[in-house]
Amino acid sequence: MSTSAHSVVAPGRLSKSIAGAVVIIYALVTMIPLAWILLTSLKSPPDSISYPPKVIFEPTAEGYCNLFTTRSRQTDEYIESLGPPQGICDEITRKRNMVIVGESNYWPRFMNSLIIGFGSTVLAVFLGTLAAYGFSRFRVPLADDLLFFILSTRMMPPIAVAIPIYLMYRELGLSDTAMGMILLYTAVNVSLAVWLLKGFIDEIPREYEEAAMIDGYSRMQAFFKVVLPQATTGIAATAIFCLIFAWNEYAFAVLLTSGEAQTAPPFIPTIIGEGGQDWPAVAAGTTIFLVPILVFTILLRKQLLRGITFGAVRK
Amino acid sequence: MSRALKLTLGMTTALSLTAAASVSAKADELTLCWAAWDPANALVELSKDFEAQTGTEMSFEFVPWPNFADRILNELNAGGKLCDLLIGDSQWIGGSAENGYYVKLNDFFEQEGISMDDFAAAAVNAYSTWPKGTPNFWALPAMGDANGWFYRKDWFSRPELQAEFKEKYGRDLAPPATWDEMKEVGEFFQGREIDGKTVYGAAIFTERASEGITMGATSAMYPYGFKYENTPGSYDMEGAVNSPEAVAGLEAYKELYKCCTPPGYTDSYMTEGLDAFKSGQVAMAMNWFAFFPGLAKDENVGGDKIGFFVNPKQNVAASTLGGQGISVVANTDNMDGALAYIKWFAQPDVQKKWWDLGGYSVHNDVLNDPSFKDSQPFAADFLVAMNQVQDFWQEPSYAILLQDMQKRLHDYVVADKGTAKEALDQLIEDWTETFEDDGKINN
Amino acid sequence: MNERFSTTLEGTADAAARSTPPAVARRLRGLSDRAIAWIFISPTIILLLAINIFPLCWAIYLSFTNYRANRPNSEVEGVGLRNFERVLTDGDTWLAMQATAHFVFWTIVLQTLIGFTLAYLIDRKFRGHAFWTTVILIPMMLSPAVVGNFWRFLYQPQIGLFNYIVSFFSGVEPSSFQMLGDVTLAPWAIIIVDTWMWTPYVMLICLAGLRSIPDYIYEAAEVDRASPWRQFWSITIPMALPFIMLAVLFRGIENFKMFDMVVLLTGGGPGSTTELASITLKREAFESWRTGRASAFAIILFVAVFGLANIYVKALNRVKQR
Repeated sequence: MSTSAHSVVAPGRLSKSIAGAVVIIYALVTMIPLAWILLTSLKSPPDSISYPPKVIFEPTAEGYCNLFTTRSRQTDEYIESLGPPQGICDEITRKRNMVIVGESNYWPRFMNSLIIGFGSTVLAVFLGTLAAYGFSRFRVPLADDLLFFILSTRMMPPIAVAIPIYLMYRELGLSDTAMGMILLYTAVNVSLAVWLLKGFIDEIPREYEEAAMIDGYSRMQAFFKVVLPQATTGIAATAIFCLIFAWNEYAFAVLLTSGEAQTAPPFIPTIIGEGGQDWPAVAAGTTIFLVPILVFTILLRKQLLRGITFGAVRK
Repeated sequence: MSRALKLTLGMTTALSLTAAASVSAKADELTLCWAAWDPANALVELSKDFEAQTGTEMSFEFVPWPNFADRILNELNAGGKLCDLLIGDSQWIGGSAENGYYVKLNDFFEQEGISMDDFAAAAVNAYSTWPKGTPNFWALPAMGDANGWFYRKDWFSRPELQAEFKEKYGRDLAPPATWDEMKEVGEFFQGREIDGKTVYGAAIFTERASEGITMGATSAMYPYGFKYENTPGSYDMEGAVNSPEAVAGLEAYKELYKCCTPPGYTDSYMTEGLDAFKSGQVAMAMNWFAFFPGLAKDENVGGDKIGFFVNPKQNVAASTLGGQGISVVANTDNMDGALAYIKWFAQPDVQKKWWDLGGYSVHNDVLNDPSFKDSQPFAADFLVAMNQVQDFWQEPSYAILLQDMQKRLHDYVVADKGTAKEALDQLIEDWTETFEDDGKINN
Repeated sequence: MNERFSTTLEGTADAAARSTPPAVARRLRGLSDRAIAWIFISPTIILLLAINIFPLCWAIYLSFTNYRANRPNSEVEGVGLRNFERVLTDGDTWLAMQATAHFVFWTIVLQTLIGFTLAYLIDRKFRGHAFWTTVILIPMMLSPAVVGNFWRFLYQPQIGLFNYIVSFFSGVEPSSFQMLGDVTLAPWAIIIVDTWMWTPYVMLICLAGLRSIPDYIYEAAEVDRASPWRQFWSITIPMALPFIMLAVLFRGIENFKMFDMVVLLTGGGPGSTTELASITLKREAFESWRTGRASAFAIILFVAVFGLANIYVKALNRVKQR
């Protein structure tokens, strides 16, 4: 009767079309700011601050060039005296009476984001899987309390946590280090990881491991050969959440890093041009920064959906 | 990604002035930290001489002003090694001296024959000494600065506008000399159509996060008669901070904000003000003298189109002090190199070149030179301003004091909370609490 | 073996997992179970103790002192409850809490209404719904800080897109209103951006809730000739309610802690109208450097969230048991 929808009645075609239309309109409207970011990244700085805002404009790579370079203003004579421009960015820059003097900090910050983001994700998922298995399969004393304590660590505002961490890292020399940030993000993520993964692992019937152990595997081997493969959906879902958090995190990054280990989110809002913010460069930085997460999410969207909905089903 | 790689590979130039990764300075490397603005670029140019002379490789870490204090103070507190040399804001001296973040330079100056008498007294007082006014030097005055104004000279010289203004106000259309005049000129231009676009009176500082609105509002309050203490060093603020004159000054600033500024400038500081002026939105703007060389050369609004004037007076003549001194960070790994830079920078001919490139030297040889006044259209105004500067608290707790003032001012001026007198009264309460905590006031 | 592995959401596997027959004859090759349990669990516990609990204890200690992080060399004195007293009696603290409450309340209301509606519509399973669902998810993927920074650009009265779009639909002059500068509009500016970002999240949870309602219940209701309206109110909403409440809990906790998006969008301004609790805390701790007092405020915030969350979870459990 009802096709596959849990709905009041099997939705008729009209009802489906209307539903579809509304959702599509919503999706398009929410895409407008994102589209604007992309468009802005292709504008020249004067175009980006023109009023009224320009929807039709001449696209240029200036935003991307500005994102990756540092430039300085020079006199016409100096510019004449240089050789021919080397590449698009050089050409664009010279048209503005400026000269490229070096690379900007964007790429190193992006790299930091990659290292710290993926590093902490891998660590959090690894530790989380082990701990989740432990809680799931063994009778651990005070298990419920421990789990609740683990979860409640997520309730502290990051700034509150940052105060003592700042002091602690200062003493330990972990300020502004990738290792310090990885540890911190791992600690923040591992609570979510344990919670989610325990739910996934709880779903895997014990009979499989026990059958394997009866067949001669040790507990460890049973874990690696039987349980883990069945938990891959859960692990993938958890990994995405951990990565999204670590990738986009700002508060800890801005307070605990300054040069060496600074990631992209604290850096992007500080990209300024000759006057105010260099909006095309900021937009370019935002677009590039979005790409890895977007790719990851689209590839693993089924696991992501499962993860969110699964987290909702459990307590 | 590969396009980005190609871009980065394609950009090879003789000097790679990247800020960032060298934390542990080797003996021939120095990292200098400052704010990211025009003079910083000039310093990069200037430092090429130092590099040529000594073979030291200079890298620079420039942070935009709104994040500068936050980031660098954070760095200093965390014991970071990012900076060997720091051109820190004048208000940081108290804290940095007492916490041992800066190196005390007295012995070095004596050893190398660098005399503070060679520099403008007001600058030395403001940028180098702590306790204030005593001969304990924690920085070499590097960048003299004050808050000044610039205006669209081309608009002011239009005959029809001049006629209309004269008719309305009975005097010539000219840069305002008092704050009363400032309001009149602002109102005159507010909402006017010029060359097909709506323009506005003035762009002023209203920024909340770091120091913007304080620097802006004090430009109005000092001339009215605002003072921090009745007697310097006594911390008695009642009647100085909230005197009727101070209240009038704060009210004048708010009136200017309400009547004569472009829409949307509720959190604007240096860069937003420059943007507003350069895009032709405003007839006048306030900003730091540091930006004036760049403005004078601007292709859209510079040259004949721009004029400069010093902060208008009212009851007294006063300008808000800016500027910084250059210090050696105490836990640098390259102490000798850093000191060598200071020694080089203090030389008269380097100071002269600094001024030529766009930096504001405060060396007496440069300032007292007869040709100085004419070297730039704003040079004379700069001298006037530096002679009438007033500065914010330089106490070690200055950050709290500044945050309190930012909050009270922004609440009143932008968010329409309470009256000017209430804001200043509450400010005295805030400041009293801090001074009591510090033991400066006995309760 | 794998075909039998079903992803049931009931607890059958759960029930089996609960009983651990100790006397099962298994060959204990390698480490004992207890050793494995400890090896697996302790790294996580140790990490959390080091990075979460120890700092929390340190913060509690600091809250009773007058420590200033930018004066590491000056003497630290205990000041008893003075910091707590000062924080709780300061009018500005309560203004920040008020701004936070306003933000949390309205974002939850809007996101729940819109999110649930979207989930309901998507549940109709129109053609292409999987694709459009993925598209709707994209705003969630961005960094809140970068979003705040960029929406600042969008909200500019003269050069930003937002005012022009509003003007296009309503005829109001674009420069006549300022989302970020107006005392009454700024709180809504941050609510709009947060809703734009996180409605998809609520939608997903509600969708899971809707999908968990088995068909047969609806079919039984149809047999009883219940009207669509009645079915909605007596079946759909009650059975989806635990999920909705969970979404509210998650978003509530997150928005109580909100910092990065708002600080880059408005800086807490104009004045202090959008200064949320976390922003006040950051200013106190990392700009004024009154570490002792900031720690006291942090403890108060934590206790508040913890307490409220506890009460809410109890209510949630009661709803689940119906």
